Amino acid sequence: MKGCTERIYNGLIKENPTFVLMLGMCPTMAVTSSAVNALGMGLTTTVVLVMSNFVISAMRKMIPDKVRIPSYIVIVATLVTIVQLLLKAYIPSLDSALGIYIPLIVVNCIILGRAESYASKNPPLLSAFDGLGMGLGFTLGLTSIGIFRELLGSGTLFGTIQVIPEDFTISLFVMAPGAFFVLAFLIAAQNAYRNHKAAKAAAAGEVPAYSTAANGGELACGGNCASCFGAVCAENRGKLTESAGKAAVNSVKTADQPAKQTAAANSAELKGGTKA
Amino acid sequence: MKEMLQIVLAAALVENVVLSQFLGLCPFLGVSKKVKTAASMGAAVILVITVSSAVTSLIYQYILAANGLEFLETIVFILVIAALVQLVEMFLKKSSPALYQALGVYLPLITTNCAVLGVALTNVQENYNVLYSILNGFGTAVGFTVAIVIMAGIREKIEGCDVPKAFQGTPIVLITAGLMAMAFIGFSGLF
Repeated sequence: MKGCTERIYNGLIKENPTFVLMLGMCPTMAVTSSAVNALGMGLTTTVVLVMSNFVISAMRKMIPDKVRIPSYIVIVATLVTIVQLLLKAYIPSLDSALGIYIPLIVVNCIILGRAESYASKNPPLLSAFDGLGMGLGFTLGLTSIGIFRELLGSGTLFGTIQVIPEDFTISLFVMAPGAFFVLAFLIAAQNAYRNHKAAKAAAAGEVPAYSTAANGGELACGGNCASCFGAVCAENRGKLTESAGKAAVNSVKTADQPAKQTAAANSAELKGGTKA
Repeated sequence: MKEMLQIVLAAALVENVVLSQFLGLCPFLGVSKKVKTAASMGAAVILVITVSSAVTSLIYQYILAANGLEFLETIVFILVIAALVQLVEMFLKKSSPALYQALGVYLPLITTNCAVLGVALTNVQENYNVLYSILNGFGTAVGFTVAIVIMAGIREKIEGCDVPKAFQGTPIVLITAGLMAMAFIGFSGLF
């Protein structure tokens, strides 16, 4: 049971898909013009993610390795269709507000990323909780961006309470450019934090971690290849091998430090995997 | 004729796939470092989206809608697109190695591009017939190419600029995209 709560904590805070892993940016920008839409999209994705992780994990020994990605896509597409039909039947207003972004959950890299990196290696219950944690983390990210944009753009909270009088709102924030600006500042804040941490680590004489702003921070995906399996771009891959080479050289120089880090990371992974 | 032109222009400029619908952001941010690679990516996207909108629209009208299987659209479209990209790759490899050399790396990346599925689904939603679907797909892809080439041109200039440290990399690209999106809002008065 402890493993399950650990998965939820992991998804919500430690590996938050929006703020830490930077996955699924298309829906993040597209539906956050109002907090209600963002919440709806987040919860819809959560439902799909829990079910897809559970089903894929339960079928992980049946699916041949060579055709696993197409199989995952078929499973996810089926689940998305089910959820879409349910939404059409019971919450039609949400369905029409989110439009084509609901079927587009199929190509949301969080879902295939979790299937590939977690559900394909872990038992069903843990995977379902992993999906729940990741989904809630995504919902948290979307809703907070949605609240921010809605408050600045139309001055309301969840479309009900008028906090800022209409004469003083900046409608740019609910339009397309606002999404780009908000995300830019979000990533910049994160970079500033990482730079600060890297500078501190450098001062203490440590080797900076693999994907900090010092080497791979400029990658759009944050250098997390495991979860997007190289879909982001070919250009990034070259840069990654370059920085991986650098990291290898660094790790030769100061062999014990990174070894300790990876050992800690491995044991954390094991903890998540065994305490079912 | 006027209506056809309107569909293409609306898809390319007014409803720009990247800057107003946020589809295909990954390649837009990832492959926009140099104008040359951006243009090749754009060409690959134009090819794939135009072909895929034709095929998905044909499948939807004559197989799915004809048999009352509209609810299968998401599953069928994603599989058809994945298979189609492979086919286009194989076809190019055989028939025009020069073009394959230029586009080869980018083709597999397009499968996971949400713009391709997005266009197929929009065509269904808007009830476009096959011809209009092809035009809409072509227009959307041209819009993507225009956006990514402009972005690459600006990024080449940004390389030499003194950007605040925290804004280096993705943030400054997103700010640029935001400014471009503001400019593209101007096109909404076109019709």
